[in-house]
Amino acid sequence: MVNQNIEDDILLRVEGLKTYFFQRNAVLKAVDGVSFTVAQGEAVGLVGESGSGKTMTCLSLMRLVPQPGARIVEGEIWFKDENLLDITEHEMRAYRGHRMAIIMQDPQTSLNPVYSIGEQVAEPVRLHLKERGQQAMNRVLDALRAVRIPRPEQRLVQYPHQFSGGMRQRVVAAMGLTTQPELLIADEPTTSLDVTIQAQFLRLIRELQQDSGTSVIWVTHDLGIVAQMCDRVNVMYAGRIVESGRVRQIYKEPQHPYTRALLDSVPLMGARRDKLYQIDGQPPDLRSIPQGCPFWPRCPEAMDKCKEQYPPRTSLGGQDFVHCWLTEEGR
Amino acid sequence: MLKYIGFRIFQALLGLWFIATLVFILSRSIGDPAEVFTARNSGVDAREIMAAKLGLDRPVHEQYLKFLGQLVRLDLGDSVSNGIPVTQILVERMPATFTLGLVALIFALVFSLPLGVLGAVYRDSAIDWIAKVLAFLGQSMPPFWSGIMLIILFAVVWEMLPPAGKGGWTSYILPGFTLGWGVMAGMVRLVRSSMMDVLDSDYVVMARAKGLPEAVVIGKHALRNALLPVLTYSSLVLGAFMNGSVVVEQVFAWPGIGTSAVQSVVRRDFPVIQGVVIVFGSFFILINLFVDILYAVIDPRIKYTP
Repeated sequence: MVNQNIEDDILLRVEGLKTYFFQRNAVLKAVDGVSFTVAQGEAVGLVGESGSGKTMTCLSLMRLVPQPGARIVEGEIWFKDENLLDITEHEMRAYRGHRMAIIMQDPQTSLNPVYSIGEQVAEPVRLHLKERGQQAMNRVLDALRAVRIPRPEQRLVQYPHQFSGGMRQRVVAAMGLTTQPELLIADEPTTSLDVTIQAQFLRLIRELQQDSGTSVIWVTHDLGIVAQMCDRVNVMYAGRIVESGRVRQIYKEPQHPYTRALLDSVPLMGARRDKLYQIDGQPPDLRSIPQGCPFWPRCPEAMDKCKEQYPPRTSLGGQDFVHCWLTEEGR
Repeated sequence: MLKYIGFRIFQALLGLWFIATLVFILSRSIGDPAEVFTARNSGVDAREIMAAKLGLDRPVHEQYLKFLGQLVRLDLGDSVSNGIPVTQILVERMPATFTLGLVALIFALVFSLPLGVLGAVYRDSAIDWIAKVLAFLGQSMPPFWSGIMLIILFAVVWEMLPPAGKGGWTSYILPGFTLGWGVMAGMVRLVRSSMMDVLDSDYVVMARAKGLPEAVVIGKHALRNALLPVLTYSSLVLGAFMNGSVVVEQVFAWPGIGTSAVQSVVRRDFPVIQGVVIVFGSFFILINLFVDILYAVIDPRIKYTP
């Protein structure tokens, strides 16, 4: 195995990842050549509309794409110095829930209704840290305290239906964080929470991340959350990353028309605008992705060239890049 | 939890009372029991003596209270054909029917749980097809036919198992399988579809994301949720065993309640028929009670809601 990441502090490096859905008479390219990196302790955003391949990218990282149907067909996922696509399922299980954890979108469905909270949070502890009995329970209590669940001793024996949505999502976070993973994948964890609970949850995860130095991949369609939570951001469209950069840079000078459009559609407090901006058209159907740059049918600045060929990667200095003919032609 | 169980027991008692009343009304609305019990050409005197013996000359409410009073003391009257107390007949025959039902349930569960689970986990594989074919056959073949076919094959042609009657443990295999097969068919389908729903759920993905081995993901996280609808179905199925036992016991000359039900119908032995209906009805209610309590144990979301 080549030692790819040892020279810097890169925790995760995804290279040319492709995850396809194989249907009876179609192949859906849900993730079509995604590359990005996550440094130690860094929070990286993965932004895009529904159906842009964010969730499938996350599930691919854990090698948990839906079976049967989807398959990772190509690419490399380097976790430190190991390519996760080269190891066995057994070796992969040692990563899941130990070195990488996931928080999913809907706290209503991501906890098992028939087991108590304590049992569910204790599972990764028993499995990976080999702790049993009181020792394991203490760790579970610590985790529940860390996510600020009041009266954790009493809550431990309760079941998911006895928790509110916000509290359930904290339990899911506790479940992921008990083993102190190096990477936390948060797949739109606040989408189904109401705004005040959302703000609490974001603050909580931010603090936990800063305390533990865990790297986080934030999946969201909300650029407001990215601004608050992330150091870097990758903008996804139709299964590809179209622009990647430091958050500040992207907010100041977005290069890709899609990124600009996303930023324009964030409502700003106090801004005088008659109507909220919205991007025309629909995200492309994965069954019929347009030729060339998939964004051209919705792009206000589309040129003939855009309809013919997918734009190459244009480096913007450092790790920042964009895939757009406007930038490519401009230099 | 205790409140829930208490409420369910109360409901069950109410159900028992309802069945008893229904039997009382039915047995008096089909015709004059005294007429039924006496020989066709006997005179008015014989009918009146029979009516007095059965207490039919008393007012209806008095008859009803007496009937309930006897029922509480487990007195179901005497058989008209041989004078033996009905309770004694039923008590003698009940064990044979219940053990047969139990054997059938074990057959159904032993086949349907693994086949249903494996069918859902390995969709469209060989095992999935075997399960589908077995289920299809079980659901399409009536037990009086499949029973006879099994007798021909295993008892007559291969001479592996006894053809009929109740003897050693081998005599349970054919009737138990015949009775269980039809039920197993529905169960395989139910286990498979409910398992497939559960396998698609987020908490199963989360269980895998914790790094749990696949056996634990399926055996612990998925199965317990998938079993909830199966449990409900089992309670209905045990009722089907009662009906099925009437046919299957007849085919295999099994000395159970089903056989005495058929015999007493032929002999127009009213008290015995009443007794059989009450026993089957009570058994159905008790099974439902048991399953509801089990449900509350498995699923913490079930609470007492009147």
